[in-house]
Amino acid sequence: MTVPATSPWNLRLVRRKATNGLLWVGAVVATAAALLPLGMVLYYVAAQGLSSISLSFFTQLPKPVGEAGGGMANALVGSLILVGLASLIGLPIGLLGGIYLAEFGNGRLGWAIRFTADVLSGVPSIVIGMFVLALVVIPMGGVSAVAGGCALGLMMVPIAMRTTEELVRMVPMSLREGSLALGATHWRTVAKVVMQAAKGGVITGVLLAIARVAGEAAPILFTAGSTQWWNMKVTEGPMSSLPVQIFLYAGSPFEEWHQQAWGGALVLVTMVLILSVAARYATRGRMRIVR
Amino acid sequence: MLRTAVPEAKVNPEARTAHPPKIEVRGLSFYYGRFRALQNVNLTVRECQITALIGPSGCGKSTFLRTLNRMNDVIEGAHSEGAVLLDDVDILRPEVDVVALRRRVGMVFQRPNPFPMTVFDNVAYGPRIHGLARGSDLEDLVEASLRRAALWEEVKHKLRHSAFDLSGGQQQRLCIARVLAVEPEVVLMDEPASALDPISTLRIEELMQELKENYTIVIVTHNMQQAARVSDETGFFLNGELIEFGLSTRVFTKPADKRTEDYITGRFG
Amino acid sequence: MSVGLRAERSGRRLGRANLSDRVFRWGTMLFALAVIVVIVLLAYELTRSARPTLLHFGWAFPVRSVWDPVHHQFGAWPFLWGTLFSSLLALLIAVPISLGAAVFLAELAPPWLRNPVSFLVELLAAVPSVVYGLWGIFVLVPALRPVEGWLGQRLGFLPLFQGPPYGLGMLAAGLILAIMILPIITAVSREVLLAVPRTQREAAYALGSTHWEALRGPVFRYARAGIIGAIILGLGRALGETMAVTMVIGNTPTTSLSLFSPAYTMPSVLANEFAEATGNLHISALMEIALLLFGVAVLINAIARLLLWSVGRGAPRGVRE
Repeated sequence: MTVPATSPWNLRLVRRKATNGLLWVGAVVATAAALLPLGMVLYYVAAQGLSSISLSFFTQLPKPVGEAGGGMANALVGSLILVGLASLIGLPIGLLGGIYLAEFGNGRLGWAIRFTADVLSGVPSIVIGMFVLALVVIPMGGVSAVAGGCALGLMMVPIAMRTTEELVRMVPMSLREGSLALGATHWRTVAKVVMQAAKGGVITGVLLAIARVAGEAAPILFTAGSTQWWNMKVTEGPMSSLPVQIFLYAGSPFEEWHQQAWGGALVLVTMVLILSVAARYATRGRMRIVR
Repeated sequence: MLRTAVPEAKVNPEARTAHPPKIEVRGLSFYYGRFRALQNVNLTVRECQITALIGPSGCGKSTFLRTLNRMNDVIEGAHSEGAVLLDDVDILRPEVDVVALRRRVGMVFQRPNPFPMTVFDNVAYGPRIHGLARGSDLEDLVEASLRRAALWEEVKHKLRHSAFDLSGGQQQRLCIARVLAVEPEVVLMDEPASALDPISTLRIEELMQELKENYTIVIVTHNMQQAARVSDETGFFLNGELIEFGLSTRVFTKPADKRTEDYITGRFG
Repeated sequence: MSVGLRAERSGRRLGRANLSDRVFRWGTMLFALAVIVVIVLLAYELTRSARPTLLHFGWAFPVRSVWDPVHHQFGAWPFLWGTLFSSLLALLIAVPISLGAAVFLAELAPPWLRNPVSFLVELLAAVPSVVYGLWGIFVLVPALRPVEGWLGQRLGFLPLFQGPPYGLGMLAAGLILAIMILPIITAVSREVLLAVPRTQREAAYALGSTHWEALRGPVFRYARAGIIGAIILGLGRALGETMAVTMVIGNTPTTSLSLFSPAYTMPSVLANEFAEATGNLHISALMEIALLLFGVAVLINAIARLLLWSVGRGAPRGVRE
């Protein structure tokens, strides 16, 4: 209303509107403040890391300090191996567990499992590493890629489980009933019909889980260790990995190794970014990302 | 073209002037993006009367109602043409302050939507933000509003309880009290009793009759018996057009337009 | 009733040998139970490994300040202090920014801006911890030194700003942690805000509220539990962060009130000292710290999840709680 200026509560209205305007400004500023670090980190990683990237970076082993060149080939391959092992260990548990929760998990047990999975995803990754240390490394007598794979795989389980559960639940009842009405057993229904329908989402969940663990260093420290050499034996001896290598290089006093660290960071961030973009693209509008 | 060519002379001329126009709608058209929801609506809502708007689903009556307090502003791509005059001021103009407007024109919704607060805080919410009263004055205002909504006796011992503890009918009356607390001039009701049981519905209707002594009421309803029971004037909407408007006693007994007659007799909608 | 039970029961009634379905059910259940087994085993293993120091120091362990492996004296207090201080500092910085961004994304942003910006905020969570640490050491810490110097000059009378401006220390750790927990608080808060029914907002607007008044009143009331849950989730993440913190916090077991002081967190000491731990007592002490960390993390996360579930944000759709 175009209130006459002499109205007693005109001033109050102005004050309320001003407060409202401040909310707007505050929210925008906060959002900018939230995005600023992202920009800064990505910028520095790109700026510093690009100079380290070359063919030799991807193909050569680290050279001792003082010698020019060298790369992080073993760390790159090692990361791939570790993530592969982790997927082998963690994904089946996550997928099958998620299916259980979706199909049968409406009771107390399902609640307990779901709750525990959420809590497990909050356990610090270093504690997971120490757990695998006690359970796998010590009995095996030393670090190994398998142990590292176990640690990372364990971390994948809650994500995979919850994502799978959410997606399988989203498959409409009518689809299942159609299959059951034809006389198919429950497990056939799930395996053929439901999983087909949920396929895209499950792949997304897998991508997300991989993106999450690919960058982890803490759980690998004591399980897969680190090395400057090639090691293709997955059950024996340390396995180099990108995040751990970056960590070690960054903490070293050598400038060349710092440069290598930036290069490794660039590769790692690019990998993770691509996975995240792919995952987000696949789920646009369909579901919220499970944390 | 509006077919309210009912001879005014049939109505008691005194009754007419006792209820001057409160809201005059002139040539109102309303669009959701490209879709035209209302087309060239003209009507007059009179002060301290109950004006009912009826019509089949999707005819635009709710859209029309929401134009009266500019609740449609929150919808993307909504825009309007024409004018809506509240006491001779066109409220559709951009310079009009909707915050102040909504104090004068309040709204009760189809489903009761009390805030997750105590009964007292629900009613006090409006007065607090508009700075209408404080302290003991505020308590008096809350009590008066609850009395006017015929709810005081039932909740006077439950003022500090959560509003969700009340029954559906009580919650709706709470929402009415909440609106009354900001001392509006017009109260818009969008199917206020459709989510309630028959007894609560009756109470709401009784309440409306009490309220119209002090407030102008516009109600949207799909319940024709209700409209015939409570309202003084009725408008019939169809496909975004106002087909007919006039005294309820006439509209429901001798509608001037065949479409009105078809709707009222249940031939469609 | 779930499809699984329905299918089973109908099969049994018809007298069909429903072996494959039974196997399916129990088989998947076994895998699902893995999470429970893991948690229980974790607690057990940590407790077992920490037994020596648990017995030796008893309840005093978390409050003792001395950490001397050579003389077999251990106490977890400096690390508890470091963890709590850095996490709370991170919360202090991150919560206002996160909530502001969540409000922007849920309430104010035009539709075309919502998804891209949400995505960018989530990208913050995708960046690995070591990369933050790397950036922290070589970019943030050098940039902090002059800032800390300035603060020390102007506000040095406050214990918060005393001591030499190393750059490495509590402030750097708090900042980096804040950056890392921003995305989760923002994302969850945003979802919670979006879940507030439209009718609540409409009622507030119809009474003549401004956007802010509607937000501050009924919307926030509705969303309160969920937002607190989001914040606690962020706290949980901050408590367990290892790599980035280790790289910028200075790794010195002190308990200073100063933001400039180097410090040590529980995850950091585990990461740094475990490889070269000497003697059973040392290893046991580290294991006890891990146990403490585990306990705190589980507790915090459990509280957060319960809060979020109470507003229906944690359980998947279709689950009847």
